[in-house]
Amino acid sequence: MKTREQLTAQAAERMGKPVYDDANRAKATEQKLDIQKNSPKLATLEEAIRKSGLKDGDTISFHHHFRAGDKVVNMVVDKLAEMGFKNLHVAASSLQDVHAPLIEHIKNGVVTKISTSGLRGDLAKEISMGLMDEPVVFRSHGGRGSAIANGDLHIDVAFIGASSSDPLGNACGYSRSENAKSICGSLGYALPDARYADKVVILTDDLVPYPNTPNSVSEHDVDYVVEVDSVGDSSKISSGAIRDTKNPRDILLAQQAAKVILNSGYFKPGFSIQTGSGGASLAAVKFIRQAMIDQGIKASFALGGITAHMVKMHEEGLIDRLIDVQSFDKVAAESLKNDPMHKEVSACEYASADEPGSATHYLDIVILSALEADVDFNVNVLVGSDGIIRGAIGGHPDTAADSALSIIVCPLLRGRIPCIVDKVTTLITPGSTVDVIVTEYGIAVNPRRPELAERLKAAGLNVVDINWLKDKALSIIGTPDPLPFGDKVVGIVMNRDGSVQDTILNIIE
Amino acid sequence: MEIKEAIAGTLESGDIMIRIVPGQKPGVDINLSSSVAYQFGNQIKRVIADTLAELGVDGVTVEATDKGALDCTIRARVTTAAVRATGRDVWR
Amino acid sequence: MMFVPGNNPGMMADAHIYGPDSIMLDLEDSVTMAEKDAARLLVYNALKTIDYGDTEMVVRINPLNTPYGRKDIEAVVKAGVDVIRMPKTETAEEVKEVEAEIEKVERELGCVGRTKIMAAIESALGVVNAYAIATASPRMMGIALGAEDYTANLKTQHTPDGDELRLARETIVVAARAAGIDALDTVYSNLNDMETFRREVELIKTLGFDGKSIINPRQIEVVNEVFAPTEKAIDKALTILEAIKEAEAKGSGVIAVNGKMVDRPVVIRAQRTIDLAIASGILKKEDVI
Repeated sequence: MKTREQLTAQAAERMGKPVYDDANRAKATEQKLDIQKNSPKLATLEEAIRKSGLKDGDTISFHHHFRAGDKVVNMVVDKLAEMGFKNLHVAASSLQDVHAPLIEHIKNGVVTKISTSGLRGDLAKEISMGLMDEPVVFRSHGGRGSAIANGDLHIDVAFIGASSSDPLGNACGYSRSENAKSICGSLGYALPDARYADKVVILTDDLVPYPNTPNSVSEHDVDYVVEVDSVGDSSKISSGAIRDTKNPRDILLAQQAAKVILNSGYFKPGFSIQTGSGGASLAAVKFIRQAMIDQGIKASFALGGITAHMVKMHEEGLIDRLIDVQSFDKVAAESLKNDPMHKEVSACEYASADEPGSATHYLDIVILSALEADVDFNVNVLVGSDGIIRGAIGGHPDTAADSALSIIVCPLLRGRIPCIVDKVTTLITPGSTVDVIVTEYGIAVNPRRPELAERLKAAGLNVVDINWLKDKALSIIGTPDPLPFGDKVVGIVMNRDGSVQDTILNIIE
Repeated sequence: MEIKEAIAGTLESGDIMIRIVPGQKPGVDINLSSSVAYQFGNQIKRVIADTLAELGVDGVTVEATDKGALDCTIRARVTTAAVRATGRDVWR
Repeated sequence: MMFVPGNNPGMMADAHIYGPDSIMLDLEDSVTMAEKDAARLLVYNALKTIDYGDTEMVVRINPLNTPYGRKDIEAVVKAGVDVIRMPKTETAEEVKEVEAEIEKVERELGCVGRTKIMAAIESALGVVNAYAIATASPRMMGIALGAEDYTANLKTQHTPDGDELRLARETIVVAARAAGIDALDTVYSNLNDMETFRREVELIKTLGFDGKSIINPRQIEVVNEVFAPTEKAIDKALTILEAIKEAEAKGSGVIAVNGKMVDRPVVIRAQRTIDLAIASGILKKEDVI
């Protein structure tokens, strides 16, 4: 008979493993709270960058949950420039006005490639004029999630700003400690980065003791934790596109959009809804709320960028669940922190075309805004009428494609600029996915949806031909001259399925 | 015709500010700055020139600051500035 | 009737998209003395160029005893305005004077009788003369109350409940009805108090007014809701329209309901009732057609 020791040694040999050795094993017996201070993941930004193994030409990623208040992109890229990195690919979920300092980094060769959902401000203008040799690659939020998951967009190091993290990297877009400095709510756009990037660095302005639960980023995915003064100015998360409107035209558009929804056939108990960030689509929510109360109809969930309006309706019992990839204001961020029925989801769970379970697949109604739409119902939300990039794709094409009813709210004219045109400047959301366009001069229904047009007409809504709208615009403003585009490609628009959908040319001043 | 410097219009959205200054030579010089210059710059200049020609105003420089005004607004503002510059009303 | 300042091109360009029954472009109180010429040209060019659709276009001119009144009339008649609104009207003579000015211009254009007149009554004397004003010209299509000047003239103040306006309102409605023209109520200027605004609209509807003056598109919906026709009125209107269809089918020019002849204004009002009912969502288009 062999001894157990012999049998163990045999088993180890068969498995190619060593035999356990109990000699020199020490047990950490200090108070655990003290050990945390020496977490191997804690580092300065510079140390974290060095240890991550980042090299020239690599891809770094960021999220935009702090919107115009973001401080992480500039802080990290400044540091990378100082450390002498070159040819970096910045893959952000979106970039804002506040990221204008990237212009210098592009000129100096620190950043040579950008992938993003949107660009605004001076950075957008310079890029539109041809600042970069490499075209910017634009993806929708769902498209970015898919691209990260399937390897199309490989991230070497993700830098994720978080409003709290413990020394092991359990991190959130809010903090439960007394020292909370910032709040952005959902970290949805950063979650694919956290899961799939080779290395993940959390930057936080509130380092809290372990365990920072419930957490949205898991320590399992995190390599380094960097404590910084500030990751973002929370007062600016509801600036930019988000505003509560008193503009009578927006209110008129909102009213019309609400009437479309109420008479669409989709306004039924258990329906689901998402609204975009434009003034009119936010105002439409108020009208829909009233109709829900009057008719005793409740929604199963509201999706997307969650706003204070949605939170209020949830708290009133009108919306059962909130599914939140991005918190559009502080009220939404606080609700995400405190309400278990307000669920944070990743960009993939939100809008990936590849995930059967992504929320957009279960979405009935979406209200979206547009810079312009054309007579084939194609929509542009990225490039302005002056040919300059001034927006973001966001979840626009994802939600339009997957929802049962997509409604675009868009004035016919912005000043002298026509918003219903022959052909959109840039194709972002294909007309095949757009059902209704609401303007102040009438409502156009996609000919693919005749039953919808009938329902809206029966309800007394002013349903018009989209070509009539285009002609109406021209009769008011005259015929615009074509934009002076050059022949350099400054942007590439990807479809959410990974195919190349359109290109953006440089504009000549 | 004696022409003195005159201004009409505002810088509000949908309006255009027209400033007429007596020029040194015949003809109409137009300096336009517009929020919609790419698409409507030529049309705006044409409306300004046509309106002044109809009123028989010549030998002036026009400084126009446009905030997306429609043609009818441009005509009204140019006419007002011309009336103020020449002192000749278009009404009885 | 929606008031739009006559020197604001941005607001003038799309005022009709909010669906007011009529738009009043103002050359009077909302325009400073220095900008009277500019506003007049702006209104002239807007009326000539912008397609306001079915909206009735009204221009409030300056009084004839100012240097602007006559030029205002010339400009807006030439531009083809539907209605000239006289401010601060006190006597029938003033209406006749305006009428004469209008006719002068219309004769030149060869369109005598095209332009209608509405008079705003904004003083005690105007209220006393309301019927004379309402019947001063066949062009008269309505009289309206202007409460701010009226209360100042009465040496009182405009209060939220409007007790001080009672006599003026009732007098104006009675005068308008006696003259067979429209009665229009004054503006309500606190945009943030929609509740009081709604009570005021309910009150003036009960008093018999045909409509309310408004200063912002946000007020339109309340007016439409309050003025939405009753079920009874809708039923009656549907019966009339039914009778028209029958008459047309039979090729008969005479339309009769329950044995009574129906004349044109009744038909127009019936159609308007139905339009209002559809606009306020009570009726659906398919119920009518």
